[in-house]
Amino acid sequence: MSFAQAKWNEPTIDRLSEHGKVGYHAVSRGQPPVSSIPKGLKRSNPPALPEVSEIEVIRHYTRLSQENFGIDLGLYPLGSCTMKYNPKVCDLIAASHKIQELHPYQDERTVQGILALLYEASDRLAKIVGVEKMTLQPAAGAQGEYTGLMLIRAYQRDKGDSEREEIIVPDSAHGTNPASAAMAGYKVVEVRSNSSGCVDKEVLSAAVSRRTAGVMITNPNTLGIFEPDILEIAGIVHDAGGLLYYDGANLNAIMGKAKPGDMGFDIVHLNLHKTFATPHGGGGPGSGPIGVTSALSGYLPVPTVEFDGTKYYLDYNRPKTIGKIRAFHGNVAVVLRAYAYILLHGAEGLEAASDVAVLNANYLAQKLRNIKGFSLPFAESTPRKHEFVLSASQLLKETGVSALQVAKRLLDFGVHPPTVYFPLIVEEAMMIEPTETVSKQELDGMIRAFQQISEEAYSGSEMLKTAPRATSVTRIDEAKANRPKTMKLTWRTTVSKS
Amino acid sequence: MLREIGLELVDQLFQDIPASIRSKAKLSIPSKLSEMEARKYVETLLSRNQSARDILSFLGAGVWPHYVPAAIDSVISRGEFLTSYTPYQPEVSQGMLQCMFEFQSLICDLTEMEYANSSLYDWSTALGEAARMTVRATGRNEFIIPHFIHPERLGTLKTYCEPAQIRIVEVAQESRTGAIDLSDLRRKISAHTAGVYLECPSFLGFTEKSCDQIADLTHRNGSLFVMGCEPTSLGALKTPGELGADIAVGEGQPLGNHMNFGGPLLGIFACKGKGLLRNMPGRIIGSTTTLDGEQIAYCMALQTREQHIRRGKATSNICTNEALLAVAASMYLSLLGPDGLAELSATIADRTSYAIEQLSGLRGVKAPGFEAFHYMEFTVNFDQAGKKVKEINDELLKAGIQGGLDLSSHFPELGQSALYCFTEVHSHRDIDMLRDELRVILEGKAA
Repeated sequence: MSFAQAKWNEPTIDRLSEHGKVGYHAVSRGQPPVSSIPKGLKRSNPPALPEVSEIEVIRHYTRLSQENFGIDLGLYPLGSCTMKYNPKVCDLIAASHKIQELHPYQDERTVQGILALLYEASDRLAKIVGVEKMTLQPAAGAQGEYTGLMLIRAYQRDKGDSEREEIIVPDSAHGTNPASAAMAGYKVVEVRSNSSGCVDKEVLSAAVSRRTAGVMITNPNTLGIFEPDILEIAGIVHDAGGLLYYDGANLNAIMGKAKPGDMGFDIVHLNLHKTFATPHGGGGPGSGPIGVTSALSGYLPVPTVEFDGTKYYLDYNRPKTIGKIRAFHGNVAVVLRAYAYILLHGAEGLEAASDVAVLNANYLAQKLRNIKGFSLPFAESTPRKHEFVLSASQLLKETGVSALQVAKRLLDFGVHPPTVYFPLIVEEAMMIEPTETVSKQELDGMIRAFQQISEEAYSGSEMLKTAPRATSVTRIDEAKANRPKTMKLTWRTTVSKS
Repeated sequence: MLREIGLELVDQLFQDIPASIRSKAKLSIPSKLSEMEARKYVETLLSRNQSARDILSFLGAGVWPHYVPAAIDSVISRGEFLTSYTPYQPEVSQGMLQCMFEFQSLICDLTEMEYANSSLYDWSTALGEAARMTVRATGRNEFIIPHFIHPERLGTLKTYCEPAQIRIVEVAQESRTGAIDLSDLRRKISAHTAGVYLECPSFLGFTEKSCDQIADLTHRNGSLFVMGCEPTSLGALKTPGELGADIAVGEGQPLGNHMNFGGPLLGIFACKGKGLLRNMPGRIIGSTTTLDGEQIAYCMALQTREQHIRRGKATSNICTNEALLAVAASMYLSLLGPDGLAELSATIADRTSYAIEQLSGLRGVKAPGFEAFHYMEFTVNFDQAGKKVKEINDELLKAGIQGGLDLSSHFPELGQSALYCFTEVHSHRDIDMLRDELRVILEGKAA
């Protein structure tokens, strides 16, 4: 595999500025910037924005795009992020003015189409995960978590059960879990995993109490292992009076195979930008719907989308609601893409996606663990699901080459590195999720890349020290970006001067 | 592939799922469609919507109609941007990282603040985060807000504040001008006040003349001053930075992003001072160099505030943000530049004052409801016209016009009032059509 990223050395756009240039006029005869605005309200100095022409803007951003790696360019096996191909037709559908130019407060008679689509999307998602009702409102996965925790809080308080102040998370949990729990006012209790990387029933039993509000679990977990004792775990949590929360980052493994609702989860979270293939846009937008059992459905944020038999409507009249978690009705343009993805796949297609995602992960795991320097810690004989965590600790011990160096060298092969140093329970962790949209040829190419990197490590090759070379910049000085004296967060000033 | 890993059936990979929870039946959702069929299905449903291109809409209230220059949609649909993940590997993600660095810089130039993050979800969640940040930074637990605030913003603020045990205190606004009642503010500000929040223009479009005094009062009390801003107004109006804000929040949707039925949106968040910087939520991108010092490069900075490092002690749980919308906003601000933005603000101010002129002449109509300078939005009161906003909007819709937001349930004290919005997309002719149609509805006769 050969790979070369553009190297434009593109200056920041303020450096392209030339006085008097305007790239876009809103109207042909714009109002002169002296208008009726009272003097005391007027801005004293014009904003120091760049002055550039349209083509300069286009070239600048096109060049920058060429210095960016996306799923459209190559392998992106970032564990737990489910970087699968984003079907183009979903974007095309969402580019209609019938969605882009809709206002959230329009008369409901003029938005029946989008309300119908949201209603159907919500219904299909609920069926996929086996819950009673969904909210499509959370703007991203982390906000979905916050919403789920607020639901737990509202439910327990409503039941007069307000002493519950702890949320339990396994030590392998995604970082957002404890962060969301803390934000929702809970004390976070971490429980250690057992020797097969799963929730330890005894440890969990000892940890739950009348203070336990809920337990947040990813299943399959971040090691890619399906929690075999999930029903007993649900029993332990429920017996203690707590609720069980499903982190949906890893749903891609089990669509059509098992539903979180059937495993005893009370609250189920999804990342539409993962499992349902909506483009992640370099960091967002996402969408993090939350599904709940009937006991919790009354607490969902407002509005919900309902159908009365003849028309669709937004329901704000929900007395037990936790209220608003953001303005308006959710990241609708993202939900629409996800629904288009569901339509394209149907029941059989979603299950097939999980089949192939899991097959790809296991094929890759078996091949990579046999490469010198790498291993597959925890429950070696258990099949992985959609992802697995490789350890480079032997490689580090024997050659001094770390998981980070392996990751950087992978870039030269045009492979985006896996998630590294997570989960925290694996040394020199490389968390790999190929997804179902990768071909065997690509997987074999990635295996060859690991093979070559291993050989380079054991032969003391310089390549590993200087990688990456094929990217638009070489290794970055991240420490400098964080040192108070050299920190620079805008093009105006360094932090130390402010 | 199966054979190579010693298996015969894919199902063997799922046998560790206990039989009792293995799904027995196929998912109960419809079978798959071809691309053509799926597209047709969705487009048929979408055709039942009437967009702002099909009807003449005067809705704003947190999401505003603006034209999105073609250059923006063209660039942000490029796969390199669109299909990339959060830039965890900076060497291969310089494009997006530089975009975010530029976005932060542009937002600071626009707001005259010192630091900006690379986006939050929307204005309402930015406000929630701001309130929590004032509490973290001051160790106090009350947050003062104006009475006339967007109901959805208030709702979100409450959901963000409740678990942190932050008390939200409302300060009165004068019924004639909408100005903050300074004596009420003096009564309510105390040693518990972590932050004071003000919007200019307000949710109802009126501007506040005493921003300086409010900032001063806030600072003398040792509290933080938080300002909410609508970004197109900053081509003309005083900035949060100039008015002494410690934290600025706002909605970036007007900057080159479509309304999309209310989402995704773009939360703007900026602050001043090194102390607050370390308390800021969200991802921040810094400029640095390569290790060999040869090239300028960008990477995430101050990650020790964030969830993937700090876990339960992070400043926020936010992870995914609105990066792609931030790229659109950066392009928008670059395309307009200072002159284009000033033109845009002036055009919106012109449309607003033209609409006030036209609508205030109608019998039984009071527009605006407040005596103040208004930008982009104002209330139209129909109490003397003897008709409810709902009835009027129903009749307008028959003529292909979407009237303003009915405020009667949110703010009953405003009577039968609606919030109307006018931007550069509304020509004088469009406003004339609205006036004429309202005249027919209210006075029963054509112009």
